Amino acid sequence: MKQLLVILFSQALVNNYMLARILGTCPFIGVSQQFETATGMSLAVVFVMTMASVITWLVQHFILNPLGMAYLQTVSFILVIAALVQLIEMVIKKNSPGLYRALGIYLPLITTNCAVLGVAIINISSNYNLVESAVSGAAGGLGWGLAIMLFAAIRERQRLAPISQAMQGFPIALVTTGLLAMAFLGFSGFDVARFIGL
Amino acid sequence: MSSPLQAFTNGIYKENPTFRLLLGMCPTIAASMAVSNGIGMGLAATFVLMGSNLIISLLRSVIPSEIRIPCYIVVIATFVTIVDLVMNAFLPQLHAVLGVFVPLIVVNCIILARAEAFASKNGPGASIMDGLGMGIGFTLALIVLSAIREPLATGVVLAAADFGFDGIRLFPQRYAMAIVNQPVGGFITLGLAIGAVNLITAKKKNKGSRGAQGGAGK
Repeated sequence: MKQLLVILFSQALVNNYMLARILGTCPFIGVSQQFETATGMSLAVVFVMTMASVITWLVQHFILNPLGMAYLQTVSFILVIAALVQLIEMVIKKNSPGLYRALGIYLPLITTNCAVLGVAIINISSNYNLVESAVSGAAGGLGWGLAIMLFAAIRERQRLAPISQAMQGFPIALVTTGLLAMAFLGFSGFDVARFIGL
Repeated sequence: MSSPLQAFTNGIYKENPTFRLLLGMCPTIAASMAVSNGIGMGLAATFVLMGSNLIISLLRSVIPSEIRIPCYIVVIATFVTIVDLVMNAFLPQLHAVLGVFVPLIVVNCIILARAEAFASKNGPGASIMDGLGMGIGFTLALIVLSAIREPLATGVVLAAADFGFDGIRLFPQRYAMAIVNQPVGGFITLGLAIGAVNLITAKKKNKGSRGAQGGAGK
């Protein structure tokens, strides 16, 4: 149980997928114009990262490892993730129109979110078991969501600020992300295991 | 547009994937900590781009348009696997530093974007040249960024662990700012660099339009 808490804190805060590992920058900057869309995107990412962690763990341990085909990891994971996203989209569309209205347009974008493939590979290379992988995926998604929501709130205010022509849009967004990452750097010496008394 | 030479030069400045198209931000920031990492990542991506552009261009009449994206991804992932295994065998330290970003070349949007925007519409010759141009443009962008970040963060430039080369020391370690090598430095350097490119482009355009008005070319 404590091990899971350690994974939760370290994946969500200390090794934040966006601000410490630099994964998922494109959607981070692409869909952070408004706080509401950023919230929708975060929910979708948490959902997909958790599901992808579980499925890719099963693929690795029940298909690739027994057959000795671990070198096919990249190909099989990206295919599984693409299929999973498509499947989730269809299931949500059929069973929960409300959720589909909220998440629908973000789901296709998620296949290209490198945080999703990143969490799958990191889970395997960290030797997590199935439950740990699921927690790691959810925590990674939550951390990414926290970062994009903070960033979207900053960007909404930033729209009113006078910014020089050359720095408008993408450049100022990257510099702002840098400052946000600096704030998250405060977590980097944080020893989670000691903090919760492990 | 589809002349091979034009396709080649297009990616280097006018449609530079990093500075002009703003694609593939994650590997750009993660691999620009040292010039050798930048070159390694750039060449790896160039190989994948050329290979996937060639295959996709050859298969463009066979692939049904409804399932083209998964097909492209399989082709790209195959080349990424080749790069991953080769780099692991011959440049193990570079492979360790780049870590998860080597398999993640598969989701580098530059590659899928070129497959979709160029290789699926043009012949194999032009597609290879487009891949080469885009790859070199990406590599040059990585070299520019890492040539700023590496010396600021370590005081050393061109260090390459795989070749046992410690790099050229520009100033003593104690004046180095380690934070430039953190993601923080990467985001800010990339932001300022894109800003600078925007400024230069805007100035050039201004000059160009004024020159045209005056009737004198350039």
